[in-house]
This record gives sequence, C-alpha cells and structure tokens, in this order.
Amino acid sequence: MTIANQSNRRAYNYAYLDEQTKRMVRRAILKAIAIPGYQVPFGSREMPVPYGWGTGGIQLTAAIIGPDDVYKCIDQGADDTTNAVSIRRFFARVADVATTERTQDASIIQTRHRIPEAPLGPGQIMVYQVPQPEPLRGLEPRETETRAMHAYEEYGLQYLSLYESVAAFGRIAGGAGYPVLVDERYLMSPSPIPKFDNPKLHQSEALHLFGAGREKRVYAVPPHTDVRSLDFEDYPFEVQSWDEVCGLCGCGESYKDEVILDDAGNRMFVCSDSAYCGDRRVAGHAGPMAGHALDGLATGDDNTDDDAAAVGIEA
Amino acid sequence: MIAAQALTDMAPGFADLALDAQRTFRRLMDSMAKPGRVTDLDVLVSPPVPGFEAAGAIALALLDFETPVWFPDDADGRRLANWVRFHCGCPVTTDPAAAAFALAGPHNVPQIDHFNAGDAKYPERSTTLLIVCPALVGGAAIDLTGPGIAEPLSIAPAGLSAAFWGAVAQDRARFQLGVDLVLTCGTQIVGLPRSTRISPSSAKGK
Repeated sequence: MTIANQSNRRAYNYAYLDEQTKRMVRRAILKAIAIPGYQVPFGSREMPVPYGWGTGGIQLTAAIIGPDDVYKCIDQGADDTTNAVSIRRFFARVADVATTERTQDASIIQTRHRIPEAPLGPGQIMVYQVPQPEPLRGLEPRETETRAMHAYEEYGLQYLSLYESVAAFGRIAGGAGYPVLVDERYLMSPSPIPKFDNPKLHQSEALHLFGAGREKRVYAVPPHTDVRSLDFEDYPFEVQSWDEVCGLCGCGESYKDEVILDDAGNRMFVCSDSAYCGDRRVAGHAGPMAGHALDGLATGDDNTDDDAAAVGIEA
Repeated sequence: MIAAQALTDMAPGFADLALDAQRTFRRLMDSMAKPGRVTDLDVLVSPPVPGFEAAGAIALALLDFETPVWFPDDADGRRLANWVRFHCGCPVTTDPAAAAFALAGPHNVPQIDHFNAGDAKYPERSTTLLIVCPALVGGAAIDLTGPGIAEPLSIAPAGLSAAFWGAVAQDRARFQLGVDLVLTCGTQIVGLPRSTRISPSSAKGK
C-alpha cells in the first residue's frame, strides 16, 4: 500500500494531526530532550478519544511517526487490551505503519503503565501516556508553586513525603509513579509505571518521551541518562518481587499480574508483559499452570493481520 | 531589513510537506537525543545560500507563525530570511533575545550570549541556534559528556573560535538555562543541546 493511494482516500493529514500542530509538538519534544525531566507545556489538542485514554501519548506518537516505523502499543504490559488494540489500529490506519507485538521489532513503543521486560535497544523510542505529569502535585496543588520548586530545585517536600511514609509504614510505600531525579537535576514522575520498572529508565539505550494530554505537558529522558529513584541511605529503593513464578511461562524475574480464577480463592500469577510471556512459551518455557485455558489467549500470535485488515476498511 | 519578496526566483521547499518534515524532524530529534554524533538529514532542499541545506530543512520542518526567527544582517542572511519567511510564514526578528530560532554562519557566527537562554521557571523559552560550519571535522577537538552520551565523545567542527567555545562552556554552566545548538554543514548535523557539557579536548597529542 503506497502513501499516494492512501492520501487520496484520506480526509485528514498524514498521522492525523495537522502540520502546524505537529510542528508545535515537535518543538516541545526537542526542548524536552534538551532539558531532561523538565515538563514542557504544549498546546495539547482535542483527540478522537477522551482524556485518560492516551491523548498525550497519541499526540507524541503522531508527531514523531513515519511510514518506516514499526509500532507497538501496550496497556499495562498487554498488547491485546482494548485501549492498546484501538490505538494500534488507529496508527496503522492514519500513518501507514507496520505494527507488531514483539518489543525487539518495534521502533516506537507506546505504553501505559509498563516498560517491556525485553531490554530496549538504541534507536527505539518509548512513548508514555501520562495522567499526571507533576510529581509534586499531590503535595502542592498550586502550579505556580510547583513550577518554582522545579526552577530552584527545591525538592525538600518530596523527601519529607517519603520520610512520612517511612514513619507511618516502616518503608517507602507506593508502588507506581515512584519519583525519580533525572540527571541529578529535575524531579520527574516516571508516569504510573510500577517502581519495578524504574531501574529500566537509568542509562537506558532508548529515548523515553512522556506525554500528558489533559495536563498539556511533554517531558523526556534521553538515552544514557542517569535516572535515580529517590530513597534514603537507611531505606534504600527497592522494587517489588514475587514468591510465585509466572503460572504460564515460569518466569521468576518478570512483573506479575494476579489473576483471580474463581470464587474458591484460586489464583494465578502471570507476566504482565504479554508479548514477553508469549515469546517464552513459544521458546518452550512452561509454568506450573501451563495448559490452563488462559494459556491460549496470548501465545505470540499477534493480531497484526487484523490491523492490516482494519486499514483496508476505509469509511 | 526584509525587502519585498521576489517570487520569480524563489527556491522551492519540501517536495512532500508532511513526510519530508517528519523525516527531517526525526533525525534532528535523534541527534539531539544523542549529542555529538554526525547525522545526515538526507532531505533535499536547496536554500538560496549554499551550505544551509540541513539548516534550511530544519527551518522548514519547525518554523511557523509561532516562532520568531533571527538571521545575520548581511546579504546571505536576507536571502535566507526571504526564503524561510515565504515557506514558513514566520516572523523575522532583528532582536536575538526575541528569537525562538536563529540561523547563522559560516562566516558570521554570532555571540551566543545575545540569544534568549530562557527563564528559570520556563527554560524551554530559549533560542535554538543553528550554526552552519565550513566542516564538521578538522577543527579544535571538544570533549562532550552528559545525557545521551554513553562514552566520552569528542567533536571537532571547523570554523568555531576558542572564544565561541568559551561562551558555550559558560552557557552550559547555567543549566537549566541555555541556548540549544545544532551545528550543521551541508546536509549533516550535530546536536548540542544545553544538557551537553563541553570542555576543550584533553586527548590532545595522544
């Protein structure tokens, strides 16, 4: 399918957004990369999905994507959830891109709430959908104040909040959106990824772009950048761990989702990253519940064909 | 400063507005994310001043009515300004501190501390300065470290004075403020965002 015969049938611009909007988003992305971790305001547009469904991530992807890209979209680690499938089909249709579920094959990975388990390589771009870009917002509701706190690197309030958590719970509580310091300068919310994924941001090979549509902010972590999760010497940063292995693929290292199986209290833990789990099962790994009915749902048999078919169905 | 537009000899812009702009931006983004690496933009535009191919493509990809742009006040600067203004519809400013973007060089490299370094609360309001160099190799070696740079790296663009690099080092010392630089030559670019820390090369003579 060529660009030319696509654009004849299209009633909108390449990659959905108009060129002026793309220029505006692109300028914001460049400044975000130049000031790692700083939230650049941008003129977020109305998108064909409601706020909370990835409007920030979609605008970033639309601004950077080209026909040579291979696009992957995940929601909570899974490629086959409604939001991820919809957004993947959207870009297959409006940007003529190939789509994939394999992390290694993707050039742009749009995500909500996870970083894939497979290590990211140079040249890959992660695009995060961010609900609340301001890490200090829960502590200070005024934008004028948080902006000044970032300007003058005044992050005592954040440390106080961590200390109060230690005083109340005996540990630094909070499992997702755990605050980080980027290149030892800007305090940043890594978006609601589990803190399990925070270490993947540190000195990553990939470029990480964060887009908040409702809050109208974009920020970035370039490749090979220091990203430090805040902690105390006597209460060091720790990630989640599980006693169970993945019920389907037997992986002990991945981030797990707990799945309730029935009313009798039976449950299983499975990899949250569906493509990673599927790859492992194809490679012959089996967990204690291999063969379970859930096993057949995501064994690396991606729905790229579905997406290609969707492109053909032009309204 | 700007004469009436002579449209009869106006050089064309991108052949494909959407995709050429995307390709140009994407490579620029890559070179800002990985400072110090030479990237070929591989987009063919022919600005009215030879040597400005990459700088011109970046201008076409990023400038519009929201971005005041600064050019040197000389014959080349005026020719470029006419071309960019025609294709982008951007305001042209003579005040470097008011410029969102600036195009300069190779014979006329401005003082970077005249440009906007942003505001402590809004550091993104700074100028992005595109400097055309006679070559991206062969000059004094400059060591680079910082975000996007895995191993210590050095560049040696020609045509930039020690005083220029001294001013850049001073500019870098006041991060989060700073002017973001893109060095270009022909169709090639090297990104030097403000996050990149620079020093004269210590590897000299080794």
